[in-house]
Amino acid sequence: MSRPVDAEPRPPGLRGATRVLLERELDLAWSGGGGPLLACGFFACLTAVLPLAAGGDPRTLSPVAGGIAWLALALASLLSLERLFERDLEDGALDLLAIGHLPLESVVLIKALAQWIAVGLPLALTAPVAALALGLPVSLAPLAALSALIGGAGFALTGALGAALALGAKRGGLLIAVVVLPLFIPPVVFGAGALERAASGQSPAPALAFLTAYVLFAGVIAAFAGAAAVRNAQG
Amino acid sequence: MIHALSLSDLTVSRGGRRLFTGLDLRLQAGEAVALTGANGAGKTSLLRTVAGLLRPDAGEIAFHDGDGNRLDDHLARGREVHFLGHQDGLKTGRTARRELGFQCDWLGHTQTGFDHAVEAFGLEPLLDLEVRRLSAGQRRRLAMGRLVGSPRALWLLDEPMAPLDARWRAVFADQMRRHLEADGLILAAVHDPLPIPARTLDLGGLA
Repeated sequence: MSRPVDAEPRPPGLRGATRVLLERELDLAWSGGGGPLLACGFFACLTAVLPLAAGGDPRTLSPVAGGIAWLALALASLLSLERLFERDLEDGALDLLAIGHLPLESVVLIKALAQWIAVGLPLALTAPVAALALGLPVSLAPLAALSALIGGAGFALTGALGAALALGAKRGGLLIAVVVLPLFIPPVVFGAGALERAASGQSPAPALAFLTAYVLFAGVIAAFAGAAAVRNAQG
Repeated sequence: MIHALSLSDLTVSRGGRRLFTGLDLRLQAGEAVALTGANGAGKTSLLRTVAGLLRPDAGEIAFHDGDGNRLDDHLARGREVHFLGHQDGLKTGRTARRELGFQCDWLGHTQTGFDHAVEAFGLEPLLDLEVRRLSAGQRRRLAMGRLVGSPRALWLLDEPMAPLDARWRAVFADQMRRHLEADGLILAAVHDPLPIPARTLDLGGLA
């Protein structure tokens, strides 16, 4: 004896499950103490402090404006990474995520996507302001936002990988920073490079292409390695 | 749909310590098994292993459908297995409505699953409260909502009744009975006897 077919559970479908998880992640990102605003505030503070530390002379500041802005962006992207998996591990929600329709690889990617939307997007909107404050020419503001947006996807993906690797460790937040910052070097180099090339009148396209390539590469690595790290933390 | 669960020659260790070796168990549709044993005997680890959250050292876990065909492990776990552990997996900052909605949606549901869950565990007055305002028993009832809201054949329960008062224990017993009548399977780690007819599998105690 078995149940009639129409009483079978209706799976949400892959797209449905993706949407459901993405909505939850965005809700958690925005409700959990305003993480995105905190990241933007931190970013703005860093770029405000640097001129004070290095001296306000535009001649020393503006050549390195792009580089400093990108460094600050990378540091600000670190802030809310700990929340990404650690809380779900602590309260048991990670077990629930592991027995859903979607494989863990997809769960990691969706969490990274939510991180990009919730944190990367506001940071990308703050980036031009910060870069202009550091003395970047006004004409480069759209490029600063675009490159920060692409780079933000890379930060979110490698950040998710780092957060998964640091699961269960004491002082995980610090560990994430140590694991992830070296992986943030390529996007910082390419992103700052794009701004620098544009400032010297060259096309920023090659640097942006490298930045995008990094994002795609990070997506593949983060999905598989991140899922493996989560499984390891659960076992 | 899962019709039978079989564990053969299962060996599981945790943190370098062997919990049990050569465990065999066969669970058929409509059957419940109560896992007993001392603290640390491996009840939770066994449930986590069946759910695919822990890898066994040796042995096999197989899910079969009504015709005796073996189901794909990932598919069976992703569609047909409920795991209700010590922790409820609820987010303290979200409302009960959102959490129950997410859990039912994420695990797959019928149109009326959410309403059934609310009705079964008397969740209506709790729905608009944040989870942090709920007591342990209320949280457990909310977490149990997904068992009803999202129909899956195999229920893996870890001390499910512990925080519940007498009234809700009776309600949950009734839900378990209904699940078995609908050809469900239940594997539950318990200290007190299950309030439904169930075989007992004793994992023993610590040596």
